[in-house]
Amino acid sequence: MPTESRLSVRKTYKLYIGGKFPRSESGRSYEVHTPRGAFLANAAQASRKDVRDAVVAARKAFAGWSGATAYNRGQVLYRVAEMLEGRRAQFVDEVGDAEGLTARRAESLVDAAIDRWVWYAGWTDKIAQIAGSSNPVAGPYFNFSLPEPTGVVAILAPQKSSLLGLVSVLAPAVAGGNTVVAVSAQDRPLPASTLAEVLATSDLPDGVINLLTGFTAELASWLAAHMDVNALDLTGVAVADRTELERLAADNVKRVFRGAADPDWTADPGIERLIAYQETKTVWHPIGI
Amino acid sequence: MPTWDYAPAPESRETARLRESYQMFVDGKFVDGSGTAFKTINPADEAVLAEVAEANQSDVDTAVAAARRAFDRTWGRMPGRERSKYLFRIARLIQERARELAVLESLDNGKPIKESRDVDVPLAAAHFFYYAGWADKLEYAGLGPNPRPLGVAGQVIPWNFPLLMAAWKLAPALAAGNTCVLKPAETTPLTALVLAEICQQADLPPGVVNVLPGAGATGAAVVGHPAVDKVAFTGSTDVGKEIQRQIAGTGKKLTLELGGKAANIVFEDAPLDQAVEGIVNGIFFNQGHVCCAGSRLLVQESIADELLESLKRRLATLRLGDPLDKNTDIGAINSAVQLAKIRELSGIGEAEGAQRWSPPCALPDRGFWFPPTLFTGVSQAHRIAREEIFGPVLSVLTFRTPDEALAKANNTPYGLSAGIWTEKGSRILWMANRLRAGVIWANTFNRFDPAAPFGGYQESGFGREGGRHGLEAYVAH
Amino acid sequence: MHRSLSTDSAIHAEACRVDSSDVTRSSTVLGTQPREFGDAAADATSLRRFLHGLPGVDEVGAQARAAGLFTRSIKKASKVWALEAAIGMVDLTTLEGADTAGKVAGLCAKARQPDPADPSCPPVAAVCVYPDLVAGARSHLVGSSVVVASVATAFPSGRASLRTKLADVADAVEAGADEIDMVIDRGAFLSGHYKTVYDEIVAVKEACGPAHLKVILETGELSTLDNVRRASWLALLAGGDFIKTSTGKVTPAATPPVALVMLEAVRDFAAATGDRRGVKLAGGIRTAKDAIRYLVLVKETAGEDWLTSDLFRIGASSLVNDLLMQRTKEQTGVYSGNDYFSVD
Repeated sequence: MPTESRLSVRKTYKLYIGGKFPRSESGRSYEVHTPRGAFLANAAQASRKDVRDAVVAARKAFAGWSGATAYNRGQVLYRVAEMLEGRRAQFVDEVGDAEGLTARRAESLVDAAIDRWVWYAGWTDKIAQIAGSSNPVAGPYFNFSLPEPTGVVAILAPQKSSLLGLVSVLAPAVAGGNTVVAVSAQDRPLPASTLAEVLATSDLPDGVINLLTGFTAELASWLAAHMDVNALDLTGVAVADRTELERLAADNVKRVFRGAADPDWTADPGIERLIAYQETKTVWHPIGI
Repeated sequence: MPTWDYAPAPESRETARLRESYQMFVDGKFVDGSGTAFKTINPADEAVLAEVAEANQSDVDTAVAAARRAFDRTWGRMPGRERSKYLFRIARLIQERARELAVLESLDNGKPIKESRDVDVPLAAAHFFYYAGWADKLEYAGLGPNPRPLGVAGQVIPWNFPLLMAAWKLAPALAAGNTCVLKPAETTPLTALVLAEICQQADLPPGVVNVLPGAGATGAAVVGHPAVDKVAFTGSTDVGKEIQRQIAGTGKKLTLELGGKAANIVFEDAPLDQAVEGIVNGIFFNQGHVCCAGSRLLVQESIADELLESLKRRLATLRLGDPLDKNTDIGAINSAVQLAKIRELSGIGEAEGAQRWSPPCALPDRGFWFPPTLFTGVSQAHRIAREEIFGPVLSVLTFRTPDEALAKANNTPYGLSAGIWTEKGSRILWMANRLRAGVIWANTFNRFDPAAPFGGYQESGFGREGGRHGLEAYVAH
Repeated sequence: MHRSLSTDSAIHAEACRVDSSDVTRSSTVLGTQPREFGDAAADATSLRRFLHGLPGVDEVGAQARAAGLFTRSIKKASKVWALEAAIGMVDLTTLEGADTAGKVAGLCAKARQPDPADPSCPPVAAVCVYPDLVAGARSHLVGSSVVVASVATAFPSGRASLRTKLADVADAVEAGADEIDMVIDRGAFLSGHYKTVYDEIVAVKEACGPAHLKVILETGELSTLDNVRRASWLALLAGGDFIKTSTGKVTPAATPPVALVMLEAVRDFAAATGDRRGVKLAGGIRTAKDAIRYLVLVKETAGEDWLTSDLFRIGASSLVNDLLMQRTKEQTGVYSGNDYFSVD
């Protein structure tokens, strides 16, 4: 059999909402290029209605996800890491293309992203132990404080770090029991789409993470104004645009996380993002016969 | 005449992949022991299961040296992030080989397959899962900014939860960066050796985990070895005291998890049907071979008759027999020695004047069996109210007021666990505040979780296993 | 004690049969309390104190006990016994607005001979229909042991005047219903008017005449297990022959902990009075596996005496086919398919 060069089957990049892969209801798409200008793909360009649908999906998933045991969440997130590892080669290619990196550099970022996900998988059943407490009040009461996930978190993912940065903003929110609507890096959305495929093939329940590709500024303002979103992560938003978004967020008193746009993502993340999306509930109960 | 008998529903014995002989695991390899190989039997029928290598002093020396090398060169300097991934692998492998481990555990220990399948093996996997996640977060565990491992841990475990006890010892020690020399109990060595195989499958570096089968002498050699930095022991209070004496003056760190004589306290406003379940679970789960067993029932006098009637009715539904039958509730006593102890103390109970009761129960001809047994009319002065029987024998005492319940519950040199049954939240908390026990179950019993610290007061031992607190034993601050 | 190391003992392979002629079901004298409970229902306050004084139910513990019993493994001869027993305990049900004479005729034919290919398969215990279809059902069940149960009392909501509800019962009884499945007034129960609920049950029992009364608690609306316990005792004190979980129109319907609590109630009631009442689980039991699991619950909670259609029923429709399929598999050794059994 003569060997001829074989035409590849190209992927269509869609949104990830409620565990499914719809195109944008607007039908729009936009071109994605490498940093050098080579055409990579057409990505779906999400719209206001996609945002609406994603928030609905995230809200629907919240009761189940936050109500699952921390152990169960840890198992599910570890399984995501298993799926990530399975696609390591694919991610290396996509991150390399998206960020204009050598294979070696891309590999180290992908490895760091997988290990970062594993780090967060191991946090689920420990957050309460470091952020909770039994409080020695001056009276015959048992008094304890526990962290509780805040709800639906809207995340504007970092613009430059297309996988490691993305993982670093998503995982802490869901490890803590929140559900997420995230907008990927505007010019580097493809690793996020592959991450969506990883999530869909793991045991993550539908709607726990929803990933939208498209224009950050447009989508961020819809998320910031959405009255059923509980928290907002501004990491991927240009500094100039942040003030207006913070004002919009005030309408339902969202918890706003002013993440640095482009920190060293390989450094130890600390627990700031884990704690940021937790409420603290304090309970009193009398002690007596 | 019963209308509906359950047909035998045996789990397949082949699943255990039993071998004729088992070697010890040292420096990443299975090797013959230099001691005298011994046999391990199935307590349900006394048949030999396999021959097992015995580790003698020279084997212990080799293993400790391997553990020390692994600590100095590999494990002790490995980033937590990498250690974590080994432990996650082990957790997953336990889940993958869950049924094999469960059947093997029931064969070697005698406990019902329902328990090894639904409790022992899943908890063992969960323990590795939990501690895997701490390996790269030690600086957040409240142990100071620079927590460091201690070195080589010598760990001796009992026969009542062989695989689970191995997990309780290995997981936190490894997560913190220590290497381990583990000695399983002489009547139940098999699942620890399969766990060693799992460590191999996980590519754990050689010497990080070593498993040395043997009896008391092997255990003493491990505990006494000068190059062991940390000793962890779970077993009887008498042996625990021996170990504490043995390491006196050596500077070795020690944690002990010993015996108990827990009070299970039922107040008049308890949810009665669930209290009955809690009592049954408290003393008959695992044939009562549980350090934290609710072996003293303290029932408020006003409901004592009603409760005992319900309890007896419930005991009559317990199914005793073949541990591999999925419908068995009560399995075999682990050894002839333990059976003799249980019989002796039960005889003493009768002699002391307590009234003995068991549901009618036909025992199999071979194997070690003891029917679930109640003693009523027991007082604090009776030996069966003070000494740990470690079998399916419940001593029933009464009380009138919460203060009296408290006084009786605390009137023991032990302090491992206690149970409180009442619908009144404030009373739960009042009792919990005052009970001198390391684990207190309210409206439940015998619940274990890797995230929840477990351990005793006073002669039930010191140190905690599980939770953030469980790291403390394996870390130098 | 049972010894599970035994070799196979002879297991009964006979199904439970409901034979109306020698059924000896006890029922209380109308309107009077079982002597053991004195003045528990003398007035509203006494009744509330009695019901609120029952031991509480710890939900987690009850769930755990039921789940533990659900791990029993029922195989071989004991499975065959259970399948046949379960078939004989089914109340084959149709309660739709769209029911017609034709639909009911089909239901009755299936009730008499559930397995078209095997006449040795036992019939079900009863059919369950709306009151206006009772006469039709009776006509199709002549000569069969299958009895006719009718829902009544403004089923399923129960939201109508007592006068209307009693008229509903009278119609069903007049049409020849052997059993009446009534609904309690959940609104009254949840607002603490226990005496109202009690008095209604007593009135319905009287209107039943010779027919046996099942009292539907609608446990899904009662929400807590404490309420299930209280409603069970209330219905038993008021004279219900059976306590029943659900109308089948509300989810959740029968669940393991609910069944556990209701079986405990009839067990404790029998222990106190010597009087055995029955339990019917309706709604949500779709597979043979579930049905067998519930039989285990009956056996190990109330006791083997309750393993008879006189004291235990399952209200279902699609369950029967799964029971038949499993029964066929036990006989032939291979898995069957839907085409070999009748639709409805």
